[in-house]
Amino acid sequence: MEVRPDVVDILSGFALFADMSTPELENIVQTFGEVYFAEGERVVRQGLTATGFYVVLDGGANIVVGGKERGNLRPGDFFGEISCLLGEPPTADVVATKPLRCLVLAPHALEEFLVANPHVMYRVLQGEARKLRTTTKWLS
Amino acid sequence: MAELTERPFPPGAYPLVVVGSGPGALQLTYTLRGMGIDHAVISQDDAPGGMFRKWPIFQRMLSWTKPFAEQKRGSREYERYDWNSMLGEEQDTRAIMPTVMDGTSYFPSRPEMEQGLATFAQRTGLQVRHGCRWEATRRLEGGDLVLETSDGEYRAPTIVFAVGVSQPWRPPVLDLEGVEQYGDLRPAETYRDRRVFIVGKQNSGFEIASGLLPWARQIVLASPSPAQLSVLTHSLVGVRARYVQPYEDYALAGGVVILDASIEKVERDRDVFHVTTKSAHEDHPRHFVADDVIAATGFTCPLLDLPEIGVATFGQSRLPAQTPFWRSVSIDGVYFAGTIMQGSQGLRKHGIPSNSGAVQGYRYNARVLARHLAETRFGKPRQRRAIKPDEVIPLLLAEASRGPELWHQRSYLARVVSLDRAEGIFDEGILPLAHFVDDSDGPDAVAITLESNGQDPPYPTAYIRRRGQTLHERSLQPADILLEYDGPAYARELAAALEPVLDQALTRVTP
Repeated sequence: MEVRPDVVDILSGFALFADMSTPELENIVQTFGEVYFAEGERVVRQGLTATGFYVVLDGGANIVVGGKERGNLRPGDFFGEISCLLGEPPTADVVATKPLRCLVLAPHALEEFLVANPHVMYRVLQGEARKLRTTTKWLS
Repeated sequence: MAELTERPFPPGAYPLVVVGSGPGALQLTYTLRGMGIDHAVISQDDAPGGMFRKWPIFQRMLSWTKPFAEQKRGSREYERYDWNSMLGEEQDTRAIMPTVMDGTSYFPSRPEMEQGLATFAQRTGLQVRHGCRWEATRRLEGGDLVLETSDGEYRAPTIVFAVGVSQPWRPPVLDLEGVEQYGDLRPAETYRDRRVFIVGKQNSGFEIASGLLPWARQIVLASPSPAQLSVLTHSLVGVRARYVQPYEDYALAGGVVILDASIEKVERDRDVFHVTTKSAHEDHPRHFVADDVIAATGFTCPLLDLPEIGVATFGQSRLPAQTPFWRSVSIDGVYFAGTIMQGSQGLRKHGIPSNSGAVQGYRYNARVLARHLAETRFGKPRQRRAIKPDEVIPLLLAEASRGPELWHQRSYLARVVSLDRAEGIFDEGILPLAHFVDDSDGPDAVAITLESNGQDPPYPTAYIRRRGQTLHERSLQPADILLEYDGPAYARELAAALEPVLDQALTRVTP
């Protein structure tokens, strides 16, 4: 699904896409698709393969593991990258807590996208580092 | 006034109203009628298939119909090869398209598609109130909806909008007098020896470029991201092969320019346009002089005031967001049929969307929707067929091999068999996969789909649902290029995956 023109403005405010020029953002916008989920709808399903890499544009969602809420997602957050990178089913459900608009990239397209956009890759890595830190704290 | 009273479905109150007379609306009203569901059908067009009158140059469908195939014409299995015919029950209402095509192409022409739809409507005796234009919508206390039309008001608790995604859309930078739009072009010969700048690199842009190759002096195709090709995505995502010729012209440096760049500015200076582009890969803008600028930048849904009464939309096409059964996620009683059904996105496995935007996809959705409406809005229980335990695996594998619903709607529609502990084993027919996987209250069941991953031939994937447990997914490998999945190796693999859930059901049905 093609994305709306206002998405370029929204992305320009996200840390994930900081420092990118308007043509670069327009390219990103056309590389991704736009998806919408109603409140309560599952975006990613634990155990089901081949979902995608999502960036939250608007709305909110919960991360749910085995029926327990483990975190939440807001505009600018991204999810689904671990499943895409490892080629494995997601280990959590992501459930919309209010009407949710996201950009989505197919799993097989993530590698090419990150390699072509090293600044985005660096910020995704920062995100992974934060998740690892949180998990380490939680385990200790 | 005499004419008004002779037309079917005069204004008034109905249990259900369908708006539209394209293939989606025709398939839906045909199926609803077969179930005995009282409803009205209204359309602003004068005959079935109004949208098919708006294509430039080639005037052909992008969906094919193969007159000759391994499967017998008119059989259910033949539908895999015939993407354009409506689905009737009587033999003379099936596989109509190959009988009206002249053999020069397996893509039906516009008149052939219109003739096919008109023949289906005539043979089935479908009734539509043509020339009745929907103009506004109100929601009453209590939930009923009112359609204000050119003929008067229609009131119903359930309305299905099948009005297409046909309204051309252009970005503000192209909002300039003289910029033409896909669907509203001049005859091809009037572009003789002219420089044509086409904005948009999807099928519509490439379609125009293909048509102008024999006429234009120069053709530029521009948009920010690279063109995708369907032969590489192994799906309907990307430019279809029949419109790829401009790409070859570009690749062989024949004069066509294909540019990955955003359109920064378009200005008109008397008889010419000045177009400025900016690419993410170049540090300077480019300037083009063109005699014609054409916007092939997409389409939106003509939803009129539906967003104002609360219908949530998304994406550039302003598609209404829909449940797996094509109901607006935000307004009860508002459903969609036809190409708008692509707003119910399903699981999008491997990033591949459904084929709900095309006839070959939404004709099956329409049948599922009709059954769902009959069940949920009219209290007519769904017909289910009891099957024996040893029929389960052959049925599922036969559907994966030859079921047209699964072939056309990969990872979107599924054949479902319930394995209920109390009731036994039932063939539940075709259901949306997204509904199946999220129906945590449903009985133990298995759903089979055909899945594409953008690389391999399509392969069956089974989803096994057991109460209180996480859904289990099992793809049957290796993928077979001939889609013959009913051999013993696949049967053994599926049997192993189903063993726990099938054993439980067996203990209930075997004395």
